[in-house]
Amino acid sequence: MKKKNLIVLVILAGVTMAIPLGLGNSYYLNVLVFVGIHSLITIGLSLLMGYAGQISLGQAAFFGLGAYTSGILSTKFGVSPWLALLAAIFVTGGIAFLIGAPALKLKGHYLAMATLAFGYIVYIIFNQASSFTGGPSGFGQIPRFRLGNFLFKTDVHYYYLVWILVIVALLISLNITHSRVGRALRSIHAGELTANVMGVNTAKYKIQIFVLSAVYASVAGSLYAHFITFLNPSPFGFHFSIVLVTMVVVGGVASVWGAMIGAALLTILPEYLRAFQDYDILIYGSILLLIMVFLPKGLFVGIFDLVKKRKNRQ
Amino acid sequence: MKKKGKIVIGVVVAVVIVLLLVGPLSVWNWVPTLKKPLVTYKVGALLSVTGPAAWLGTPERNTVRMIEEEINEAGGINGHPLEVIVEDTVGDATKTVTAAKKLISKDEVLAIVGPSRSGTTMAVIPIVEEAEIPLISCAAAEAIVVPVKRWVFKTPQKDSDAAIRIYEYMKEQGISKIAIITGTTGFGDQGRGQLKKFASEFDITIVVDETYGPEDTDMTAQLTKIKASEAEALVNWSIVAGQVIVAKNMRQLAMEIPLFQSHGFGNVKYAQTAGEAGEGIIFPCGRLLAVDTLAEDHPQKEVLTRYKEEYEAKYNEDVSTFGGHAWDALYLVIEALEEVGPDRGKIRDYIENKKGFVGTGGVFNFSPEDHNGLDKYAFEMLAVKDGKFVVAE
Repeated sequence: MKKKNLIVLVILAGVTMAIPLGLGNSYYLNVLVFVGIHSLITIGLSLLMGYAGQISLGQAAFFGLGAYTSGILSTKFGVSPWLALLAAIFVTGGIAFLIGAPALKLKGHYLAMATLAFGYIVYIIFNQASSFTGGPSGFGQIPRFRLGNFLFKTDVHYYYLVWILVIVALLISLNITHSRVGRALRSIHAGELTANVMGVNTAKYKIQIFVLSAVYASVAGSLYAHFITFLNPSPFGFHFSIVLVTMVVVGGVASVWGAMIGAALLTILPEYLRAFQDYDILIYGSILLLIMVFLPKGLFVGIFDLVKKRKNRQ
Repeated sequence: MKKKGKIVIGVVVAVVIVLLLVGPLSVWNWVPTLKKPLVTYKVGALLSVTGPAAWLGTPERNTVRMIEEEINEAGGINGHPLEVIVEDTVGDATKTVTAAKKLISKDEVLAIVGPSRSGTTMAVIPIVEEAEIPLISCAAAEAIVVPVKRWVFKTPQKDSDAAIRIYEYMKEQGISKIAIITGTTGFGDQGRGQLKKFASEFDITIVVDETYGPEDTDMTAQLTKIKASEAEALVNWSIVAGQVIVAKNMRQLAMEIPLFQSHGFGNVKYAQTAGEAGEGIIFPCGRLLAVDTLAEDHPQKEVLTRYKEEYEAKYNEDVSTFGGHAWDALYLVIEALEEVGPDRGKIRDYIENKKGFVGTGGVFNFSPEDHNGLDKYAFEMLAVKDGKFVVAE
């Protein structure tokens, strides 16, 4: 890992751990918990989109699979939430492998289509398999995480839990992107044929990274389930998959930092704009439009480029 | 020239940014007022003003805004101004949870009206129970108040009573074999459960049981199956567009059996949208929509007439029962504030013991065992006749 990244990571860790000390309000912390949960998903998605050059339109389904597996196992079968989270990782990762294996061997955006269809199928199953999922009404009373006698109950507890996991995920992702695998992935993004000729097993790497992104989404889903303690299918539909892709694109596709910035922006902005009442959607849309028009590479890369240009001019 | 253009763009962007930053801070509140009013009573409202259930949330929002204005014009609650903070839930569970936390910990509201939908209500129940804040839901599902939750109430009539009233009516008409078709939303799913639960009690057999998604635009496939069955009537249980589509598809398939809808049909817009296909639809509903045909001495007559006239004069659109649910919920809170003051626990106790509260949904009699307070007679069987709602014969 590059030294620069490590420094940023340490600063980020310090800042995130300190935030609750100055911010007692449960609403703000709740928003930040969602920023963390969304970041987990978008970090995985940016590895897939930015490095492997593949788009997944079914990330909300993996998020939902994680949430539902975790929720059902812990609520109906009395499994500990931690074990349920692990089980969800295996279930979701396994399913991602089954979809990715055929889809990723094809050229072009077949993964996008496969995941789009998959997302719909999962959403329908959540709605229809009511004996397990509670159908459209959902189910509640999902137990919270517990460490010995310590129960994760308040927003502060969940804030720390989620953000520690985000930092772990960042660490793993940064390591991957700056390793042999990362270079191989970038070569796929740049030109798959060239990569193949150079002896890179592109299919294998693409599947690995796709499964990893699904696993990140699954962990985020488990955290969601044990945080909200109620699940129904509505947050896991196609719409949310699109929101996730938007987060990655707005933040900057080719960087895990960008993915985090995108997740933070698109989670916090609607909350901030609440004060504008009925005009919030209008302003929200305009801001996204402006970002895409003036910073097409996303916020993270775009702002860096602007700063660089300034420096060069001087 | 080019530079000038850039400067102009720069200034515009700067002004927009400043406005964006300053707007939410509401600097306007810092302007000192000459006469300091008493502490404002803040009440939260979680309503699905936009999104798939906007047909519920919009009249609810209009209603609470109207009441807020009226109360403040009349001098507030015991002199305290009333502020209703409306948050749009978009009908989404995640957004509702965040908005609820905002109302509770940032705005520190005394009570919450809403959410509009059953699913979103279920999602916020753990939060209000933990924060110990009274919530008066405007959603239909019975699971909201059964089993009773300490801090949770609801104003719409019960699902089970709607199913019972439909079945009672069917018995009178000698119908015994029916088909049901329900939307896969929280509301439709709960209704399906109630229909199946009470069928045997009324010797009614459900011969076909179909569902459709909330965004589906055609139910011909399901209805063809129902047409081929021996069903003597069809019950559709859903909210929003599905209710109209089922009626229209039935007409296209030349189905003759009567169509029953749930109390989710309580907006005359549905009947108007369905047009000719909507004629003859029968459904259980609060008396708001048939207020003109109500006897003068009916206990609800005065409240219903007042709400209908005020709402229709102000917004120039027909009232719906959904706005009525918000009216009942907010007036319960206002009455509690008047009697016991700004204390969350006392507001809860007051509502729990409130008897004979005349609302738009019926006459409410709350008790520690019943946080809905309505019985099956809060429903009247209505029918669509010439694009209007009349009491069914």
